[in-house]
Amino acid sequence: MNIERLVTMANDISHYFAADPDQAAGAAAIADHLKKFWEPGMRKQIVAHLAGGGEGLEPLTRMGVQKLAELDNQVTAANSE
Amino acid sequence: MLSIVEIDRGTPAVKSDVQVTLSIDGRSITVPEGTSVMRAAAQAGINIPKLCATDMLEAFGSCRLCLVEIENRKGYPASCTTPVVEGMKVSTQTPKLADIRRGVMELYISDHPLDCLTCPANGHCELQDMAGVVGLREVRYGYDGANHVFAKTKQGDTNPHFVAKDESNPYFSFDPSKCIVCSRCVRACDEVQGTFALTIQGRGFESKVAASQNNRFLDSECVSCGACVQACPTATLSEKSLIDRGQAEHSVVTTCAYCGVGCSFRAEMKGEEIVRMVPNKDGHANHGHSCVKGRFAIGYATHPDRINTPMIRKKISDPWRIVSWEEAIAYAASEFKRLQATYGKFSIGGITSSRCTNEETYLVQKLVRAGFGNNNVDTCARVCHSPTGYGLKSTMGESAGTQDFDSIEQTDVVLVIGANPTDAHPVFGSQMKRRLRAGAKLIVADPRRIDLVRTPHIKADYHLKLKPGTNVALLNTLAHVIVTEGLVDEAFVAARCEPEAFAKWRTFVSQDKYSPEAMEAETGVPAAMVRSAARLYATGGNAAIYYGLGVTEHSQGSTAVMGIANLAMATGNIGREGVGVNPLRGQNNVQGSCDMGSFPHEFTGYRHVSDPVVRGSFEADWGVHLHDEPGLRIPNMFEAAIDGSFKGLYIEGEDIAQSDPNTQHVTAALQAMECVVVQDLFLNETAKYAHVFLPGSSFLEKDGTFVNAERRISRVRKVMEPKARYADWEATQLLANAMGYPMHYSHPSEIMDEIARLTPTFHGVSFDKIDTLGSIQWPCNEDHPEGTPVMHVNEFVRGKGRFMLTEYVPTTEKVNARHPLILTTGRILSQYNVGAQTRRTANVMWHDEDRLEIHPHDAEERGIKEDDWVGVESRAGQTVLRARISERMQPGVVYTTFHFPGSGANVITTENSDWATNCPEYKVTAVQVTRVDQPSEWQKRYQAFSNEQQALLDAAEAP
Repeated sequence: MNIERLVTMANDISHYFAADPDQAAGAAAIADHLKKFWEPGMRKQIVAHLAGGGEGLEPLTRMGVQKLAELDNQVTAANSE
Repeated sequence: MLSIVEIDRGTPAVKSDVQVTLSIDGRSITVPEGTSVMRAAAQAGINIPKLCATDMLEAFGSCRLCLVEIENRKGYPASCTTPVVEGMKVSTQTPKLADIRRGVMELYISDHPLDCLTCPANGHCELQDMAGVVGLREVRYGYDGANHVFAKTKQGDTNPHFVAKDESNPYFSFDPSKCIVCSRCVRACDEVQGTFALTIQGRGFESKVAASQNNRFLDSECVSCGACVQACPTATLSEKSLIDRGQAEHSVVTTCAYCGVGCSFRAEMKGEEIVRMVPNKDGHANHGHSCVKGRFAIGYATHPDRINTPMIRKKISDPWRIVSWEEAIAYAASEFKRLQATYGKFSIGGITSSRCTNEETYLVQKLVRAGFGNNNVDTCARVCHSPTGYGLKSTMGESAGTQDFDSIEQTDVVLVIGANPTDAHPVFGSQMKRRLRAGAKLIVADPRRIDLVRTPHIKADYHLKLKPGTNVALLNTLAHVIVTEGLVDEAFVAARCEPEAFAKWRTFVSQDKYSPEAMEAETGVPAAMVRSAARLYATGGNAAIYYGLGVTEHSQGSTAVMGIANLAMATGNIGREGVGVNPLRGQNNVQGSCDMGSFPHEFTGYRHVSDPVVRGSFEADWGVHLHDEPGLRIPNMFEAAIDGSFKGLYIEGEDIAQSDPNTQHVTAALQAMECVVVQDLFLNETAKYAHVFLPGSSFLEKDGTFVNAERRISRVRKVMEPKARYADWEATQLLANAMGYPMHYSHPSEIMDEIARLTPTFHGVSFDKIDTLGSIQWPCNEDHPEGTPVMHVNEFVRGKGRFMLTEYVPTTEKVNARHPLILTTGRILSQYNVGAQTRRTANVMWHDEDRLEIHPHDAEERGIKEDDWVGVESRAGQTVLRARISERMQPGVVYTTFHFPGSGANVITTENSDWATNCPEYKVTAVQVTRVDQPSEWQKRYQAFSNEQQALLDAAEAP
């Protein structure tokens, strides 16, 4: 999928959660939102994009996507056990 | 003319805790205090003669036919205007009463045509019935004197009292020669519809019914709701369909397939032919009222444009080939299987319809999840009310409105934000207007001056004329005032809401930046007005919020919904009658399609696919392994199609090529797919890009249920056989079987039984129970066996209410030198959504093209005059419409509707969307408007493509 569109969508999400004064909580909420509502292929793409430098991702979005990467890895790890 | 099956008790039912017992003709009867003698008699089985009385209207007392005698009272009081009194003794028939009534009828008939045998009301005329009831045997006055009946006098001169028939309205005729001046039509227009278009003009014998200032009906303020036609006791106002076809012989209760009000109707039938639609007096959503669409605009169901045979083609440039159902289904299934084999399991998906029944919607999502083996299913609620689901679930715990419509009868302050009920939800709009006329206060937040702001006997206390895209800013300023001026209902919040979240929110909205003064430049709403409106909402008694797509279809749609829920919780306006948060749903079954698990991330009843217990229950029932990850949403499907990973789509009853934003992007996605299956009544815009066409069935051709904006589940009943052999649920079942996932339902009630089995909020629902109760508001289960009119009564569905932070994030869609105006979109009373239905009816007489509404100042700057062709250009595309100069707009904002595909309203709208749900930002697009003299490039291409597709349809060959 068009990565620029995904970056915009991810930033849109982080703009909402930026209101939370607790940044870590905000990042966790972003990750949770992505996990709940984004199809796995889209999640994989945004995580890969972050790994490749994450152009266009704003700071809080990056934190959220990083968290998402951890969440998704956990699940993958759990499934492969 | 009233319904052929309803009993008219003369005056409306009255509610009272006090019961009164009286005697009528020696029979003892007990009724609530305030009931009329006429209604009490009717309840005892005694039908007092009447003409000007009907229980859809307040008593009037003008016809003098319903007189009675009451012991120890003088004279002959009218039973319709006389309330019952304890111990009263009434006689409804005495020699004197018989004399008076015969005398009255004699006068009526002396000025009425005697063409009963050829009259449309014949067989159901109240005047004729009353002549029979009173035993009228002669008319001593003759017919030669002054009258309203004949065009010429006996001497051959023009009769000054005679008025010719008015046939201007496409759906009903007005024949003043048959009028008895009972005022029922005038009162229906006032009391029921609230338009006040009709009046009695002149006095005494000169009295006559007039529309507006003696206009033709079509040219008057009449909105063609038909309440007057229903109320008319004679053939003065008659449906043209009744005139054409004669009286119906049977009547079937069903539910309207237009907007989210979900009116109950009686389809009055002769065999399989509809004579007329009459709103059901017992309908819980509409109480016997309707609008021009539901009552009259049903001709689309039998329109010649309907395609009643399946068709297939390899490429969209090929002519269609008419095939059997078997071949069409086999082809679609083999293509879907080929795509999955070539591109993977996740390369196909489906879209469920908010126009189809719950049972049909449920089957489509089941086909996708169980048959396709993925969760790539979505529904058109994506582009309208998905933020409602997200926002209300986050704050209160359930993705639905909190009240029933009747709750407004207890409301003191009505806050309407981003909704236009008199156009988009007209029957509820009428109910709201009735409440406002009775004294409730009104706050309207809307960029446009919608009708509700100023309409007969109603004036908004505050019109917060905000700039498009600033809903969240405005809601935050309202919250700021409520919090900083100490107007929070602390007791409610302490008892019912999460304290930490509330404390966070209180701090958040108290920030100076959200004071009305600080935000005034952003929202455009004067700070003093915001403060007054906030105080009124917080302290004016029961306050209820009604909102629509003007809230949801924004980049911050979900945030705004949460902002609304926050306001209601902070002021304690939740959990009882008269208050609440009320999303006005767009299409008939938007609520139902969402309830049915149409979203890619959740099963029925809004339960996430990753929940192992929920998923397990479906796996056990459906006998398959189900995927535990969310699938693609509609806009994601388009993106995936364009990048080549999404190849096939089954679309039931939605026209994404017209209704979804950024049309050129949508059509590019459709063209990138290898198998698009469209199931619809017509070759709609999307079907022009389809490879398989499966003919759909109208709501008249199937059994099922719809859920309206109040969570009300109502029955849709089949009144005629499907024109294309199968109802939509049957077509889905055929496709599922061909895909190798067996389905064997023999009736939609079995599908509802399965839904009930698997969905906690529907546990108690069955067709039998709906038939018994009339309708049911979910949740309906062990705890609420008869349904739930008001939600969150003692606690929120999620336990404690959760205040959510609602930072205002301005949209990226901003005006600049190139695009200096904001375009916002909406709808109009006579047309419905993409117009596929209403454009194929006489409703085009009110609205036959989409216009661009522009403020006189903006128009003058650009040299634009009324009716000029204007180009509207955004960063997404360009289209051309005709201008309408309108002071309803604020300077800087233009508006259009999207009912006609050639208008290309969605060529201009962009891919911007709600952060949480991807609901498109239809309501805010930066545009430039210029005078032009030819259609846009897109429109030329559209016209050429449409002509080509029409030719391919015309060339369709039977095997």
